[in-house]
Amino acid sequence: MAEEAIELGIIQCDFKKKAMEAIPGGGNLDMCFACGTCVSGCPATGLADMDPRKFLRMILLGLDEEATKSPWVWMCTGCQRCIYACPMEIDIPRLVYLARASWPREERPKGIRGSCDMALRNDSCSAMGASPEDFIFVVEDVLEEVKDTQKGWDNLEAPIDKQGAEFFINQNSREPVTEPDELIPLWKILNIVGADWTYGSKGWAAENYCMFLADDKAWEHVTRTSIMQAQKLGCKVYLNTE
Amino acid sequence: MTFSVLEGLRKFNIPYDFEIASIYQYYAKWIREGKLPVNSDWNKDLKLKFTVQDPCQIIRKSYGDPVAEDLRFVAKSLVGEENLIEMWPNRSNNFCCGGGGGFLQSGYTEARHAYGKIKFDQIVATGADYCIAACHNCHAQIHDIAHHFEGKYMTVHLWTLIGLSLGILGPNEREYLGDELKEINMPEE
Repeated sequence: MAEEAIELGIIQCDFKKKAMEAIPGGGNLDMCFACGTCVSGCPATGLADMDPRKFLRMILLGLDEEATKSPWVWMCTGCQRCIYACPMEIDIPRLVYLARASWPREERPKGIRGSCDMALRNDSCSAMGASPEDFIFVVEDVLEEVKDTQKGWDNLEAPIDKQGAEFFINQNSREPVTEPDELIPLWKILNIVGADWTYGSKGWAAENYCMFLADDKAWEHVTRTSIMQAQKLGCKVYLNTE
Repeated sequence: MTFSVLEGLRKFNIPYDFEIASIYQYYAKWIREGKLPVNSDWNKDLKLKFTVQDPCQIIRKSYGDPVAEDLRFVAKSLVGEENLIEMWPNRSNNFCCGGGGGFLQSGYTEARHAYGKIKFDQIVATGADYCIAACHNCHAQIHDIAHHFEGKYMTVHLWTLIGLSLGILGPNEREYLGDELKEINMPEE
């Protein structure tokens, strides 16, 4: 026997209405013809008894609470393969983002929240909490060691806040914090090509867990801090290393 | 992280007046201009096989197939064209590894592994000894699913292979290389 029918009552679709205002162009949410192309192409299909089509259909039917509170919204990686495959280009990833944002901040996954909060601690915006002073210390320390122990690298540089450098380079916190030797190959490559580059003491960290947390204000802060540092240094290229 | 920057600038109307690029584009440019004289000679006899992960946030979500082609040009220059085996599907149509979107930090480990099984199978089907993963989330997830599902492939950054090819990779910069590559192209002391 089928499960008991869901009582829809009067369909309000509050979440859908809000989403269509928030998503650029409205997200084409009303254009789904339930073909399932998104479902077959999504690696998160079936996790937490959910899939992209089911999620969208529930939103369209006004089952706001049931859809948005599903842990599935944290299992979708926002990879955008659904919208890439969708014949109607329905913006399910932004719908998922808004569902995440509808959770009270303190109920969102602790690990993601913690990484975002770390980034808000100081101007590095590092998800691992490393301060600008920590970063400068590690970079200088590793650079000295390479010069002392490896032949032919006397001219190796790892500039921080170099005014007028062509490239502003960001760096995932994993390297300076947990595996500093992994910084070295990139520096050597930049030295060999003769790149005029710099890190920023502010906004050097490449990762942004505040976006994953769906915390708009914090996401903006992290992005703005890094972009403004590159702008202040007069760089011509903001180069993402990941 | 490329996508958070590009989407953040758009979403929050942040002004800027520089180019925002992926380092894949510049690796490719520097190789084409002869500034980065890499080659695949080190792999001529070893014939190690590589596959390459297209990070969603850089390829599908940001720059599309032109940068996927840059990534391949760089990878082929490093390992030899005949040694790069494509996953299927690939480029803008590639599957996400399952490490993105905060999944690695979300606490839903079992679900993340189930998600990653698709990526794991895709990599194993290529028969590659190494998966190039030049995005930290991808690197962490692809490394972790190899361990979880007991795969034999290694996960490697692009900068490691560039350094290896140029003979500039110091002994402590080989963490993600297998034993067969630990001594290859070692610079003089």
